[in-house]
Amino acid sequence: MTRHLLSIDDVSVADIHQLFETAAEMHDVQKREVKKLPALRGRTVINLFFEDSTRTRSSFEIAGKWLSADVINLSAKGSSTSKGESLRDTVLTVTAMGIDGLVMRHSASGAAHQVAGWLDIPVINAGDGTHEHPTQALLDGYTLTRRLGSLEGKHVAIVGDLTHSRVFRSNIKSLTKLGASVTAVAPPTLMPSGVGPWSEEAGFATSYDLDAVLPEADAVMMLRVQKERMSGGYFPSPREYTVGYGLTRQRLGTLKPGTPILHPGPMNRGLEIAADAADAADSLILDQVSAGVAVRMAVLYHLLAGEEAAQ
Amino acid sequence: MTANPDEGRVVLDADDIARALTRISHEILERNKGAADLILLGLQTRGVPLAKRIAAKISEVEGTSIATGSLDVTMYRDDLRSNPTRTPHRTALPGTGIDGKTVVLVDDVLYSGRTIRAALDALSDLGRPAVVRLAVLVDRGHRELPIRADHVGKNLPTARAERVRLRLVEVDGLDAVSISGPPGGAEITDVPSQEAAR
Repeated sequence: MTRHLLSIDDVSVADIHQLFETAAEMHDVQKREVKKLPALRGRTVINLFFEDSTRTRSSFEIAGKWLSADVINLSAKGSSTSKGESLRDTVLTVTAMGIDGLVMRHSASGAAHQVAGWLDIPVINAGDGTHEHPTQALLDGYTLTRRLGSLEGKHVAIVGDLTHSRVFRSNIKSLTKLGASVTAVAPPTLMPSGVGPWSEEAGFATSYDLDAVLPEADAVMMLRVQKERMSGGYFPSPREYTVGYGLTRQRLGTLKPGTPILHPGPMNRGLEIAADAADAADSLILDQVSAGVAVRMAVLYHLLAGEEAAQ
Repeated sequence: MTANPDEGRVVLDADDIARALTRISHEILERNKGAADLILLGLQTRGVPLAKRIAAKISEVEGTSIATGSLDVTMYRDDLRSNPTRTPHRTALPGTGIDGKTVVLVDDVLYSGRTIRAALDALSDLGRPAVVRLAVLVDRGHRELPIRADHVGKNLPTARAERVRLRLVEVDGLDAVSISGPPGGAEITDVPSQEAAR
């Protein structure tokens, strides 16, 4: 394992499997009466979020607490930064309090990379702009592996607002590392620019035709339409988006029986995913949430518990 | 994992190990006055197959099946911070849980006692057994904590610098306990604990 987790590029295939193995053990802690492991006793982790988040922040918080770390949540949005403090000063101030690990989210792509260069403690990227969200991709891969076994040769369709999705960028890397073949499906306006050469280099397929892809898929990952990052004009109306790219009840019927459905949340029910799909028996959406805690425990454990972290 | 029988001096062969486990099985039964409420919990990794073997022997004698499980203490080790992190192994308890039961911890080699300390901590997070006992195949001495075993297969006087190695058919392809000297024959005064080297 590397010192930081900023991108899926930081972890090898072997690292990913090791994280999954550890996560499987962490997963059992959720079922215990005493949900506590002493691995990070005496360590302090700060969740520094410059952007709104409920599930990722609370997931990291629970993960840290179940490993006995002291976890402090700092919403930097609208506090020191709005008073004019630079990112560097905010981060240095916070870590000067004696912090052992930093989990951070920022609306600027590459922010976590930059911060990691200023600090000598492990930094975990909890989402940076439209760049990466590595722990989300790891928990998606973990959830899928638990359901499907090895992902070698499995076909995963990732559908939705790809332009604005860091989850998509991280998942492309991790799913292809795990041997899956990925088809990225989006309307032309939400397909990232320059996807042609990128998909060739990274080894994934692209399509504008969801109905052609769904019957071939072994798993479907629906992504949220990120209205807050849009300046408008990506599609004529929500209704039209749903007709072309929503996982509707009709489309549900075209999937192979038992095909798992994923969504990183929060969902726009009725827009990219119909209630019938979100609540279907094959929906893994809540499994993703519980896997999130286990995977983040594994990440915190491997980055913070051992020898390298103690230096 | 390749098994090299030449590595070190073999002090217990397969027959010795089988006899020691049979004796431990009878001792456990005698001490527990039967097999009621008995759970054999093997410590990862080599304690797990040992626990299963002892359970099989007890079942033969008593005619009932004995609950077994595995316990991993990685997260509870006191040397967690001085080593690179290791992937935890499986902790699996019998469906009945351990509350009110007689739990016999089974480990391969008892040395510093630090693994057992960690195991006791782990157990208290998992439930409240009525009684906890300890069975080990080999006790090599050099305790660093006030811990002793209730059932010992073989007491093996060793020097700290020596290395005791247990190999089991289930993991290594053969049954043997061997002792090898310090590397290069040099006297090493500060040896990391046996358990930490696993």
